[in-house]
Amino acid sequence: MVGRTTRTYIRRAQRPHGTSATIATAQRAAGAVEGAVRTVAKPLAKYGFPYRRPAAPRGVVVPREPDTLGGAYDTEWARRPVARAVRGFILEAPMRVAVKTIASPTVSGLDRLSDLLRTDDGERPAPVIFAPNHHSHIDTGVMIRSIPAAWRRELIVGAAADYFFDARWKAALSALALNAIPIDREATSRSTFDRLRDLIADGHSLIIYPEGGRSPDGWGQDFKGGAAYLSMRTGAPIIPVHIDGTGEIFGKGASKLSPGRTSVVFGTPLTVDDAENTRRFNERIEAAVTRLGDETLTDWWTATRNAAQGRSPSLSGPDHNGWRRQWTLGEKRRLSTAGIRRRRSRRWPDLG
Amino acid sequence: MPRPGFVLDVDRSTPPTLFWRGEGFSLERLPADRSRIIYPPEPLAGLDNLDGHIRDALLNPLDMDPLPELLKPDMKLTICFDDASLSLPKMQRPDNRQRIIEAVLDMAAEAGVDDVHIIAALGLHRRMHEYELRHVLGDRIVDAFLPKGYLYQHDAEDPDNLAVIGHTDEGEILEINKRAAESDLVVYANVNQVAMDGGWKSLTTGLASYRCLSVHHNPASLQNTRSLMDRHHSALHKSIWRMGKLLRDSGPKVFQVETTINTEAFPAPFEFLAKREWEWTAKDRSLFLASSKSLNKLPNRTKRKIFHNIEAPYRTTSVHAGFTETVHEKTLENVYKQHIVEVEGQTDILTMGIPFISPYNPESIMNPILVMCMGLGYLFNMYRGKPLVREGGVVIMTHPTYEEFHPVHHPSYIDFFDEVLADTTDPAEMSTKWEKKYAEDEWYRHLYRTSYAYHGVHPFYAWYWGAHGQQHAGKVIIVGGYAAAVRKLGFTPASTMNDALEIASDTVGRSPTISHLHVPGVLVADVK
Repeated sequence: MVGRTTRTYIRRAQRPHGTSATIATAQRAAGAVEGAVRTVAKPLAKYGFPYRRPAAPRGVVVPREPDTLGGAYDTEWARRPVARAVRGFILEAPMRVAVKTIASPTVSGLDRLSDLLRTDDGERPAPVIFAPNHHSHIDTGVMIRSIPAAWRRELIVGAAADYFFDARWKAALSALALNAIPIDREATSRSTFDRLRDLIADGHSLIIYPEGGRSPDGWGQDFKGGAAYLSMRTGAPIIPVHIDGTGEIFGKGASKLSPGRTSVVFGTPLTVDDAENTRRFNERIEAAVTRLGDETLTDWWTATRNAAQGRSPSLSGPDHNGWRRQWTLGEKRRLSTAGIRRRRSRRWPDLG
Repeated sequence: MPRPGFVLDVDRSTPPTLFWRGEGFSLERLPADRSRIIYPPEPLAGLDNLDGHIRDALLNPLDMDPLPELLKPDMKLTICFDDASLSLPKMQRPDNRQRIIEAVLDMAAEAGVDDVHIIAALGLHRRMHEYELRHVLGDRIVDAFLPKGYLYQHDAEDPDNLAVIGHTDEGEILEINKRAAESDLVVYANVNQVAMDGGWKSLTTGLASYRCLSVHHNPASLQNTRSLMDRHHSALHKSIWRMGKLLRDSGPKVFQVETTINTEAFPAPFEFLAKREWEWTAKDRSLFLASSKSLNKLPNRTKRKIFHNIEAPYRTTSVHAGFTETVHEKTLENVYKQHIVEVEGQTDILTMGIPFISPYNPESIMNPILVMCMGLGYLFNMYRGKPLVREGGVVIMTHPTYEEFHPVHHPSYIDFFDEVLADTTDPAEMSTKWEKKYAEDEWYRHLYRTSYAYHGVHPFYAWYWGAHGQQHAGKVIIVGGYAAAVRKLGFTPASTMNDALEIASDTVGRSPTISHLHVPGVLVADVK
């Protein structure tokens, strides 16, 4: 017994220990890997072109390959059966769990969509364009999980071409998991519009964030006219949606998730009036989302009265800049869904 | 194009026909060559863009100014709506009442109306549970008005909140909810399922007090009501219309919004219930067998849960708004368009299957008194002109008639069954001898006002509802009913349809003619 204890002690004493020893071990391992790679790559280097990329002859201008990223990324493959099946699994299993765990959304206003969802003979409902406000990357997941299943299966998400489609892996992942298609934020090109129009004609519904990007400071941004224009040209109704609470969970610039509660309110579908241009229709969409925002903070009747009297609190916040803007945002957050979460998490009773 | 209703003469090739048996159903073969089955018309097509139609009706009302012109910032606006007794089964969300009230509130908001109350016009019915309010009005209205106390339910026993409008020419008192009486405008949101509903009945019964309702909810009125589905030949409706005239002359301005719905009452997998039996596909037959066999094995509680969870995919066939009487005439046109089936002459026997639901047991139990009310009160009254069965004929119903009562919803029904029916089944006698005791019982009053109980007098009204049928029929037989309960109702129990026909032969002879009212859907027989 004594001898065994002594041997154990000796073995421990002989071990290399401390940070420097660990680094040395890692360096040795890295060296071994590097050597192995060099050994494998050496024959290719020996053989050269066509096993390796050719060098361009001096004085010759090599024409650039057509850009296949950004707005030009072709997402057609993501709507083929295999990709659809994979996406179906992603949406119904991991995304479902993730959205529930991270955002725990409360969905309301779906009854406003019942007329659109009700079709004869079990046909698919007509395509629509969902136009939510945008505070966070998780908005898309929350939206996808909140949208009724009849639309979810054929849902396409308009994603910023310069952000989600700037690298091949990001583009592939966005297209596969979200059925995203690239949209140029600065100026919608003819080809993008044609692609969206064709997709709507094929029965796909869209999520487009009319603000064009996530909120930089917690307040909303002015709506761009893309969704309104697309609705006018295709006849697909716009469904205004207000998402609340996602900015607090993973707002722009956040480095980590803070799971919390969110709410998603669907509004009454909007179609363009006869004597309405894109700008007016876009204003109406923005007003509808603003009213839904007020409905989230107060109640439907208060929001309705505020809207009728032009007193709905603006989504884009007060005009002043700096700390006063953030200060007002704090007031709003106290009333919002995120505020409910904070109040509920109080550990001690409020003794006044 | 939906097919109209029709009368099928039963011959040897006619397949057995469907009978409701409470929370179940059976197929019964009726005697050939002397039976007929009255099938309801198929559901009419619904309106597309219902919200647009509602808004249009509010902007272009009948015999009244457009609603926005009636709304002023400093006015008192009261919005009333039908309670959970409509529709049956409950309609899929959003309910028409929600659509109407949201449209009215949109206009009220634009007009700057601040003082708005929303009242469930439930008369002496039980108060609605919050989940029922949410189903009928939607979450938005409930969340906005309920916590602040601006959405509440009419209390017919609150003396501080009742106001007498006056007396009719015949001395009938009209006493309604005080808030409504003192309002500048009352908007009534209605869902009309049968011709009995709507019109002045909505407000003068839904917001009335007990003493006001007892003027026409009594055996004398209901025995002279020929029928409940024909307001021009109904003593009940004549009394109500006199009150309506008084309300028009001396009460608040009433803006009535009425909607009619078709008979598309059952979603999958119960769609086969509304089909004609010879058109049942293999799938329908399989569903019938599977559901009827499995329902037979389930406890009543589970069966009720299944059936009361059904949400009907009704479509709305018309929307009219404006002056109550004009609106209701339009409503009746549309209701009759959906329900009327022309029938030639009366028969010796009327058969009917009693379903799991009546207007007085939404989310509740169909107790024996309600079986009587549904059979002799509602289904018997589904006629215009003459009853389907001749005077002195036999009414045969199918229902298990178990002695089960909902202790929260129907407390006075339990005592009525044990005490009153043990003494008499005669409506006039029970009215004079027992009604006052139940109507003024403090405990029932307390339960009605604070819990979810029907008013103490309600079982009497349910019984009176069948008074005309009871007086008209020579014998009433319940097939498959719990014998003790059936006898207590004053009816005759029978085990099978053949037994019932055999028992009926004592009254109507060996070869009686038979009419069967095919339920579901809903029909009104126009008997010539």
